[in-house]
Amino acid sequence: MPTLAEKILLAHTDADEVAPGDIVMVRCDVVMTNDISGPMAFRAMEKMGAKRVFDPAKVVVVPDHFIPAKDTRSAELQKLLREWSADQGVTYYEQGRGGIEHTVLVEEGWVVPGSVIAGGDSHTCTYGALGAFGTGLGSTDIAACLASGSFWQAVPGTILVEFTGLKQRFVTGKDLILAVIAEIGVAGGTNMALEFIGEGAEALSVDERLAVANMAVEAGSETGFFPADQTVAEYLEGRTTRPWTAERSDPDADFDRTVRIDLDELPPLVALPHSPGNVVPLDQATGRKIDQVYIGNCSNGTITDLRQAAEMLRGRRVHPSTRAIIVPASQRVYRQALAEGLLDLFVEAGAMVSTPTCGACFGGSGGILAPGENAITTTNRNFKGRMGSSEAGVHLANAWVAAAAAVAGEIVDPAELGAA
Amino acid sequence: MKLQGRAVVIRQDDVDTDVLYPGAYLNITEVEKMTEYLFEGLDPSLRAELGGDTALVVGANFGAGSSREHVPQAMSASGIRFLVGKSFARIFYRNCINLGLPVVIAPEAVDAASPGSALELDLEAGVVTVDGVAFPLNSIPAFLREMFAAGGLVPWMRGRLDAA
Repeated sequence: MPTLAEKILLAHTDADEVAPGDIVMVRCDVVMTNDISGPMAFRAMEKMGAKRVFDPAKVVVVPDHFIPAKDTRSAELQKLLREWSADQGVTYYEQGRGGIEHTVLVEEGWVVPGSVIAGGDSHTCTYGALGAFGTGLGSTDIAACLASGSFWQAVPGTILVEFTGLKQRFVTGKDLILAVIAEIGVAGGTNMALEFIGEGAEALSVDERLAVANMAVEAGSETGFFPADQTVAEYLEGRTTRPWTAERSDPDADFDRTVRIDLDELPPLVALPHSPGNVVPLDQATGRKIDQVYIGNCSNGTITDLRQAAEMLRGRRVHPSTRAIIVPASQRVYRQALAEGLLDLFVEAGAMVSTPTCGACFGGSGGILAPGENAITTTNRNFKGRMGSSEAGVHLANAWVAAAAAVAGEIVDPAELGAA
Repeated sequence: MKLQGRAVVIRQDDVDTDVLYPGAYLNITEVEKMTEYLFEGLDPSLRAELGGDTALVVGANFGAGSSREHVPQAMSASGIRFLVGKSFARIFYRNCINLGLPVVIAPEAVDAASPGSALELDLEAGVVTVDGVAFPLNSIPAFLREMFAAGGLVPWMRGRLDAA
């Protein structure tokens, strides 16, 4: 009996049946690209001999990586993106009216359960938070999607990830996915989709699910998703007119493996430099001096993350030897944080608040690290040199832990600092 | 089709796209300029070892992380003719195939190779030889053989769009 991954892919191919390992052409419901993958994709699309996109209504372009333009070169790419989008008649979220691509597509109702979304960014798996098959592709793949609406895909096997119990105070979606990566390894999901189920999964909000699905790629997975449920239905109410149905794997589906994570026992976690798989319990990371705190990005720059950060920073000051950068993931998140007084609270605490951008998460701009510096971030990758110098260290953690470090100047347990 | 190459070896596992080509240079779209930053975060001195006949021999989960196509584009432009690895991360693997850069899995061949080894890749026979010793490739699906034969996704798509 089929897995959810097989059901979704079967509904998007001409094949009569699919099995793990089969390579099929998969039809996209949405194709997304940005200021990095886009320009090279447009060039490849021309080389394929295609002048127009397959369906302008299914193409979304979001400049988000080097924005606001950090230099002339970046500005030229963004200009190209803007002009190409206008010429093709596709949906384009101008700077200041969108934000980080994955957050924008989810917020704006492009993502529904069971849909297939091809994105020119590895974190396109984020859409699995809503039960979609989101898959990150390179520019040439995206060119084929723009030209024809399809990409080639080997049907993945499925690793069932069951979260039992309920997560504890100061534990978030970030910790759940770090626990999964620690369990299966950074290549453990190769040729696999991760399907997140169980009481602990069902109890997560959409924001928390975004954090989990976002880092499925950090386990090497093809994608990762939560079967749609009432939480997703409520989130999509009034947000989209796209039809969808809730599907899940059949109970007797052929899973490659089942992994169980007991949330009753799960502490906050930290991924130490230089791998998302280098995970330790928070109490083994405390005491490390922190030069920069970065709260944002497509995994953990949601309003939920900013509220958690505010619980640590309210009425407190960022430590004199530390700087804090807070990056709401989208204009919507930014305005919500503004309305709730969070941005004022952050500035009052001595933190910097940035416009939505991928920014320093990938070493683009706006918070690059010097040699010898250490950061704690809510981002998804801490590869060597990811945030600037190869001799800097990045620690991945949830927003409570990151914000607590901003106050203490070193990694501490937010439970000891206490919510303000 | 047989391809010959002189081995440059990156032995460690889980080499990520950020050390292969750091994010700061992602606003470069000229392939020749990309080659100046290949391996920048890993070992920039490796660039001097690349030529028109390089076979890049790599460990497990090579190319983990980002979808940036700058990595395989810069590899091709730097004279890497094919890659032999223990395993590859998914998007990097796709990108190589799409760009017509042959990428094969042959763990025993990786163990046998050392810097400067003479490699010969025979995709049809499913074999890679290292200094004259033959090792089997993990099986390559028919679709990917078709993609290799076409020279990548651009010519493959051109054929399909022309036919349509």
